[in-house]
Amino acid sequence: MFAYYFELGLRSLRRSPVLTGLMIITIAFGVAASMTMYSVFRAVSNNPIPQKSSQLYAVQIDNFGPRNNQHGEPPDELDYIDAMALLKAHKALRQAALYPVKLSVISDDASQLPIRPATYAVSNNAFAMFDIPFLYGGGWGAAEDDNRASVVVIGRALNDRLFHGANSVGREINLSGHNYRIVGVMDSWDPKPLFFDLASNGGFADAIELFIPMSRAVDLQLITTGSTDCVDENYGTGWDAFLRSGCSWVVYWAELPNKADADAYRQYLHDYAAEQQRVGRYAWAPNVRLRDVAQWLDYEHVVPPESKLSFYLSLGFLAICLVNTVGLLLAKFMRRAAEIGVRRALGASRRTVYAQFLMEGATIGLAGGVLGLLLTGVGVWSVGLIFDAQIARLATLDVSLVALTLLVAVLAALLAAFYPTWRAAQVAAEVQLR
Amino acid sequence: MLVLQIKPVLAALKRHKAGTLLIGLQIALTLAIVCNALFIIQQRLTHLSRTTGIVESDLLTVGSEWTSASGAAVEPLVHADLQTLRELPGVQDVGVSYGYPLRGGGWNSGVTIKPDAKQPVAVTWRFFADDHVLTVLGAKLIAGRNFRADEIRAMDSHNLAAPAQLIITKALAEKVYPNQSALGKPLYIGGATAPSTIIGIMDHLQGGSASSWSDAISDYVVLEPKLLTDKSNAYLIRTRPGQLGAVANVARDTLFKANRLRIIPNGEGEGGGVRSFAQVREQAYKNDRGMAIIMSAICAVLLIITAAGIVGLTSFWVSQRRRQIGVRRALGATRHDILGYFLTENFLISLAGVLTGIVLALGLSLWLVAHFETRRLPLPFLLIGVALLLLLGQAATLAPALRASRVSPVEATRAA
Repeated sequence: MFAYYFELGLRSLRRSPVLTGLMIITIAFGVAASMTMYSVFRAVSNNPIPQKSSQLYAVQIDNFGPRNNQHGEPPDELDYIDAMALLKAHKALRQAALYPVKLSVISDDASQLPIRPATYAVSNNAFAMFDIPFLYGGGWGAAEDDNRASVVVIGRALNDRLFHGANSVGREINLSGHNYRIVGVMDSWDPKPLFFDLASNGGFADAIELFIPMSRAVDLQLITTGSTDCVDENYGTGWDAFLRSGCSWVVYWAELPNKADADAYRQYLHDYAAEQQRVGRYAWAPNVRLRDVAQWLDYEHVVPPESKLSFYLSLGFLAICLVNTVGLLLAKFMRRAAEIGVRRALGASRRTVYAQFLMEGATIGLAGGVLGLLLTGVGVWSVGLIFDAQIARLATLDVSLVALTLLVAVLAALLAAFYPTWRAAQVAAEVQLR
Repeated sequence: MLVLQIKPVLAALKRHKAGTLLIGLQIALTLAIVCNALFIIQQRLTHLSRTTGIVESDLLTVGSEWTSASGAAVEPLVHADLQTLRELPGVQDVGVSYGYPLRGGGWNSGVTIKPDAKQPVAVTWRFFADDHVLTVLGAKLIAGRNFRADEIRAMDSHNLAAPAQLIITKALAEKVYPNQSALGKPLYIGGATAPSTIIGIMDHLQGGSASSWSDAISDYVVLEPKLLTDKSNAYLIRTRPGQLGAVANVARDTLFKANRLRIIPNGEGEGGGVRSFAQVREQAYKNDRGMAIIMSAICAVLLIITAAGIVGLTSFWVSQRRRQIGVRRALGATRHDILGYFLTENFLISLAGVLTGIVLALGLSLWLVAHFETRRLPLPFLLIGVALLLLLGQAATLAPALRASRVSPVEATRAA
């Protein structure tokens, strides 16, 4: 029966080509606009670490005070003193201090130009905390952190490039003039957005290819390439003065497996800040935050307002296209009042009229979906003209988006067809037979 | 004439409630989105047409960082680079700076005019520049003088001594020293305890970012006579007219040939490598331009679709009423009457839709203000939107209405 209605639907489409074409184009545009914007929105609002997003927490301690903080919120990063104190206290299951640095891989081969992969200086817990997968070897241990060792974990792509994919654990590489021993090679790992450090790169920069111990980076006086926020820039001169300054530049994360752990840790942070107030480092009451991944992404506004706004407006656009389609379908169906009357008089039930016209609506939706898919393809392809390249490359027309586009088109058309179908089914048999 | 038509039109519309409602709703929704979108477009275009205060043509920026050299070792390397670049054919002059207009990020600090002030008078951009930067950029000095070569100090970012001299923008000068000349006066930058003397005032220089967070400070810029040895400096190259492309093509290889141990990135903003200033501008305003494009496209397609919807439904009504039209024509109505009838009908529907749309548009505007950093929708945009949609409705009705007016009185005799 459905096949028959589908055929009827197709035949009807051909009967009033202009009206049909208008509807198909309307649905196609509505679906394509919203799906293109959705592809961007989906990419930027992705949960980068779903298995652990409720167990990892960004730690904030207000070292700026009520006069200099941001509307009561502590700075995004910790100062070096607080970060080291928290690291030493080791009150969470795992904790990591980290910051982005610049290191260049320098080849012995003089014909090769140096390259600079994205690099983070981290404390050793980071690997287990962030579920970083390893191809060879692994992260370093507490001993290497304590000894400020020159060890490095490199990314898979870098390993392919430097060692043609071979197990390079134990080999040395020259990073900005210093040798480091490779202890681990990561498997492909590129969480987007890069949740643990949104402040320095917005969350969508190149995949990280190098990790070195933060203690080593501090020894080398490597400055952060992320943000440095100082209430008082006049902290004296030299690296040690900088470390002792109240400048916020260290990113700090804690892994707390359940709510009780999180509550306990929050209390610990509060007590720590209270102690700092007591010894006179802070002249204000404790003001600490513990935000899990979802809360952190939200707090840091990782979804660009442009992406959000254009997604919502494209949904409004789709809604208008639907209203338009309802009107056009109404016109199309009611033009065939005579035909409906005949069918009803020949014994067709309301239900069959429903089935036939909904099917016709779905057919239009499918046609609109196919055209919409093409337009979505064009849209996704041209996202790079409009959004940041880093974000645009994440927007892809994958299988799920193709399916969603077709589904939305058909559902939208069905939704639009309900009222016109109902009206068509109301056509009384005898009236039309006069 | 028009007034006389309203009553029968309203009576007829009651018989087409659904279609009337749909067109009205569509006009209302379209108005709500279109006038807000137009406002967004206008805001973005205003944002991206701000001036930088420099001569943007024939200007090349080349970000270059040393892989291993640090501290005192950096200065001679930079000087060698400057020399190398100046010798390139087509190059007029070269300066080095951490920070330039629209670069994408940089250094901000508070400034005060007294050493013990608790709160800064203003937050400003700090460009750490050599004595060539001002002229290379083509920024206009309206008072005082440029830096001298012997005033430039090399230092890393953790050993920032207050500079003896500063050049600041007019906007900043007027902010810190209102109603008096700032030239020769002291300025304390970044919590410094020692004063710096304002030796020059620039007419205008835009800050290092086009992002909306920095809009409030985008006219506040300080040039400091420093070479930062541990930050991402850029060589600013003024080429001879028309030589930009030629210099850009060889800049990278020339620098690598002079010294291999460097990184010339190929990203944007902080990670910018060889970029003409046109590219710098394009990247800085990508979001603004992108939003303007999206909103324009949505507006255009929306108006087309709404027009198409009106054409579709009106055509249907015309075909439904051929007999009635024929009767009216037979009873003496002119073609003009029929045309006027359909145009009036559309006008009434559009008017109702537009009135609803005004409420929706204001609601949408309030929602945008609450969730995005925008201002309330100004009245002119609402009026433009209203006029646009009323005209669109009339234009879209014209073709079917003309067809209706050509219905012959003979139709009256035909069966439905």
